[in-house]
Amino acid sequence: MQERELRDLIADVKTGRLSRRSFVQQMIAVGLTAPMAGMMLAQSGVAMAQTTFPYKPTKAGGGGLLKLLYWQAVTLLNPHFAIGTKDQEGSRIFYEPLAGWDAEGNLVPALAAEIPSKENDGLAEDGRSVVWKLKRGVKWHDGKPFTADDVVFTWEYARNPETAAVSIASYKDVQVEKIDDFTVRVVFAKPTPYWADAFVGNYGPILPKHVFADYIGAKSRDAPANLKPVGTGAYMFVDFKPGDVVVAKRNPDYHVANRPQFDTLEVKGGGDAVSAARAVLQTGEYDYAWNMQVEDEILLRLEAAGKGKVTITPSGNVEFIMLNATDPWTEVDGERASVKTKHPLFSDPAVRQAIGLLIDRTSIEKFIYGRTATATANFLNNPERFRSKNTKFEFNIEKANAILEAAGWKKGADGIRAKDGKALKFVYQTSINAPRQKTQAIVKQACQKAGIDVELKSVVGSVFFSSDTANPDTYPHFYCDAQMYNTTMPQPDPQLFMNQYVSWQIANKENKWQGRNISRWQNKEYDELYKQAEQELDAVKRAAMYIKLNDMVVGDNYIQPVAARSRVSAVKGGVTAHFSGWDNDLWQLANWYREA
Amino acid sequence: MAVASIAILTLLTAAVLFGPLIWRMPINEIDFTARLSPPSWEHPFGTDDLGQDLLARMLYGGRISLAVGFAAMAVAIIVGVLIGAISGISRGSVDAALMWITDLFLALPQLPLLLLVIYLFRDFLKNWVGAEGGVFILIVLVIGAFRWMPVARLVRAQFLSLREKEFVEAARALGATTPRLVIRHILPNSLGPVIVAGTIDVAAAIIAESTLSFLGLGFPPDIPTWGRLLFDAKDYLDIAPHWALFAGAAIFLTVLTINFIGDGLRDALDPRRVM
Amino acid sequence: MGKYILRRLTIALPSLLGISLILFVLLALAPGDPFGELATNSNIPPEVAAALRVKFGIDDPIMIRYLRWLAAMLQGDWGFSFASRIDVDQLILQRVPTTLFVVGSSQILALAVALPVGVYAAMRPYSIFDQIANTFAFVGFSLPTFFTGLLLILVFSVNLGWLPFVYRADIPGSGWQWAWEYFKQAIMPIAVLGLFQAASYTRYVRSAVLDVIRLDYVTTARSKGLNEGKVVIKHVVRNALIPVVTLVALQMPAVFGGAIVTEQIFRIPGIGSLLISAILANDTPVIMAVTFVFACLVVVFNLLADIIYGWLDPRISYR
Repeated sequence: MQERELRDLIADVKTGRLSRRSFVQQMIAVGLTAPMAGMMLAQSGVAMAQTTFPYKPTKAGGGGLLKLLYWQAVTLLNPHFAIGTKDQEGSRIFYEPLAGWDAEGNLVPALAAEIPSKENDGLAEDGRSVVWKLKRGVKWHDGKPFTADDVVFTWEYARNPETAAVSIASYKDVQVEKIDDFTVRVVFAKPTPYWADAFVGNYGPILPKHVFADYIGAKSRDAPANLKPVGTGAYMFVDFKPGDVVVAKRNPDYHVANRPQFDTLEVKGGGDAVSAARAVLQTGEYDYAWNMQVEDEILLRLEAAGKGKVTITPSGNVEFIMLNATDPWTEVDGERASVKTKHPLFSDPAVRQAIGLLIDRTSIEKFIYGRTATATANFLNNPERFRSKNTKFEFNIEKANAILEAAGWKKGADGIRAKDGKALKFVYQTSINAPRQKTQAIVKQACQKAGIDVELKSVVGSVFFSSDTANPDTYPHFYCDAQMYNTTMPQPDPQLFMNQYVSWQIANKENKWQGRNISRWQNKEYDELYKQAEQELDAVKRAAMYIKLNDMVVGDNYIQPVAARSRVSAVKGGVTAHFSGWDNDLWQLANWYREA
Repeated sequence: MAVASIAILTLLTAAVLFGPLIWRMPINEIDFTARLSPPSWEHPFGTDDLGQDLLARMLYGGRISLAVGFAAMAVAIIVGVLIGAISGISRGSVDAALMWITDLFLALPQLPLLLLVIYLFRDFLKNWVGAEGGVFILIVLVIGAFRWMPVARLVRAQFLSLREKEFVEAARALGATTPRLVIRHILPNSLGPVIVAGTIDVAAAIIAESTLSFLGLGFPPDIPTWGRLLFDAKDYLDIAPHWALFAGAAIFLTVLTINFIGDGLRDALDPRRVM
Repeated sequence: MGKYILRRLTIALPSLLGISLILFVLLALAPGDPFGELATNSNIPPEVAAALRVKFGIDDPIMIRYLRWLAAMLQGDWGFSFASRIDVDQLILQRVPTTLFVVGSSQILALAVALPVGVYAAMRPYSIFDQIANTFAFVGFSLPTFFTGLLLILVFSVNLGWLPFVYRADIPGSGWQWAWEYFKQAIMPIAVLGLFQAASYTRYVRSAVLDVIRLDYVTTARSKGLNEGKVVIKHVVRNALIPVVTLVALQMPAVFGGAIVTEQIFRIPGIGSLLISAILANDTPVIMAVTFVFACLVVVFNLLADIIYGWLDPRISYR
């Protein structure tokens, strides 16, 4: 379907000749999704679909105690200091953003009265500003009213480098103006297609000005409210023990009628994922358990106890193997894996192609991740509007052997292939995590059958995923031939995500390995197209560009996606929870309820 | 009892040394159709969750586990006895200095120290004695380094008490030199707790090895040592109990036999045995 | 004796200082840094990560950081947690009661089991009782706590449904009902830790008693016609206690330091779990504070053990 045809259909919806519903269905039929359809419509002046969440209780309160279990404990309760997901989740109990992202990539208002659109004059034609209307009658937990001043303050707070907020990237390049007590305008420096960043989702929660005003900048760490939050959320603060437990109670003045149902809330942290799954699925001690990174085999058996169910929410996370484009064993100018070198084995496209054929993605999906991941050859996976239809995967040892043979890699006496005195041996590292070690074993065995010798290496997660410039075992150093990890997509927009293959982001000694391009793969064409996509305001054209970028990366075989991983939670029977792969698990906590 | 134990331990050692020659199933052959299958003729110890044969893995991993267990125990005991004995027989500043070192080692946080050791020495040792040998030396030294302190304190306490006993006084009055006193009279009488510590340390070292491999300090993740098998099996305890059973039983059997040998040893060494 | 204690105490201070310096350098050199997770997040520009590093002073030279830490510590400032952004002493104090309760009880349980069993087993070496006690002890220390803990959970929580396995330090309420709830959740962790410890204590006690029971003065005491119980208590146990005191002194710091594995399994908010999460998050101020307190306790308890030796065996002299 061409850009032109799409525009015709949209015009039909506008005039009413085509119903919104059948438009969405047609889009799905051609491989696009409902959210994609929704976004295109929104940009063309048709309002976004309004997400509704089923909620049966007829009054607030009376639901008793809700017990949530996190195997990584919450360590702090300020959303703008939340380093890990666990802290974002804990903060989200008390604080709310203007809007959040639903499972289909639609914006759902929280503290906003409505989602900005062309129709309600929220979005400027030139893409340089957005106007948010705020909900009226909202009160902070201490009784003070919520106004535009709080929104402006949150921007000032987060953009101040002295505050050292982790959300700074969303705020530092925008200007926020108060129009009246319940209207703010966000102004961008240049046309910005991705306008829903500041005040939205994980990094969007609004802080109360009257509580934090004295603790901006360098004093931010002294704010008592860092540990005793005052928000607008459905639950109010009772107690917090960092690294252990958060206790909250129902907010009687919550700004949505009849919500929430539970009277008290307890978030317990610590332990390991398997026993957390047991506590929900097998003994029913808890109502919800977060991030079930557990083999599906175990989850299935635990579910058989009948106490609860596993909920699987698609998200943008991809488990992938990255082959080093540079030589990690030669030191040039004081650094290994320098862009001045080429990898002795992987610079041969045949080797890369063969390795792609030796990753048994289907078995990895079936026997390790089960329902919690989908085998994929795509790097950019979700939302579906960005998912490429042009790449496919295959597991074929004979074909891999044939390709290597044809490229001149001959088997030696020890069964290992070699060419020009270079043996096909490489080191494959990952973090310590049971499914990853099993994936390593599966890949190693297949490689062995194709005459490739793989040495496995595992590094403890707290070292592997650190930014320690002195330690060669971190993943940004990539002082290794191949490595595997899971990349997370913090937002539904792929712009930040796809910058990990642009040449100016290459991690090296000079930028203390802070660059995002870790594989050191580079391609001029990719760089150009990426820059174009950054400026493109048209949703349809932009989608097509990102699909193409993805194909370029994956098509060169340096990046070998393995599986698209879903977010997995365990929920006890009788409890209804609402999840989205694009926002925190607790983003709709107010709408959770329990049926007798 | 001690004799029977020696026989069993010899058998166990022979099994891990020569077993792989007889039971020729590869340790890493993945077979998804046979995953988590209970013991059968084809797989006498059953299979794990990738369908790998557990008997083959047990035999292969046993070599490492037993070697690490004994070597690390030996390091811990030798260092511990040495430091404990020197500190117990000498007084004043030597004692104070050695006990300071002991306190220091007791106070060191293990995990950061391990990470530091990996970071500093892994590549060095790998280049020096090769991947497997380097890892082995590193593991044995690390486990030994973390376990000698109780032995040292126990031996020192024994020495403090024994050096004032009548028979030592008597020997001293007869003109025995200090080294002779220590070796002939005090040390043999203070071996009781050392033997106990030794037996406990073998078990502890086998288990500690698995923890180390989790930190990336141990052998590569695909080498199935007993402690590692036990650790991998724990989440499947209610689904596939056979997985943990054999590894646990092997460690237990080793500990049991070493203990009985130890008991026999002390009874044989003790001049005043009561039997 | 008094002079000896005084001398030991004066050595203790510089030796602790030395230990603290070594600990500090070790932690500073250990790989990993507290803001690693920031670097992996595409949403956070490197400038912010850099600003945070400057703010917490982690790029300064080690010696300067050590002196800064020491000066603060002397003034009673334990430092500021990177991960939780609160004072370290608050974090630690929150966890002390639970740790003392769980690990302390398990130590008491271990001694309560090991002393009678070990003594009795040694009185009748190679009897049926001795064999059974030994076998249990061997099972006890061949199985790691991560394994026995899980086994207990499967039996008592999953299959029988008798005991909860998630430890809650904040159960609301009071009175008997509350005390019972509190006790119920502590049964499994205390049992796991206590029995693991008891297994090795039993072996040590047995061996120590065996050593002593063969000595001449015991035979003399017996031949004097003293009754067996009195011989055991007055002559045998007292002398056999030296190794036991050594071991208990070695274990006492752990009553504060917690038990990392067991706390992890049962989600006990103790010092052990604080330490491990601090280590995994590379939260150096917390690690430093916990290990330093631990080091102080090691030194104090080992000193205490030395003093008790003299009381148990008056012939031990310190010069």
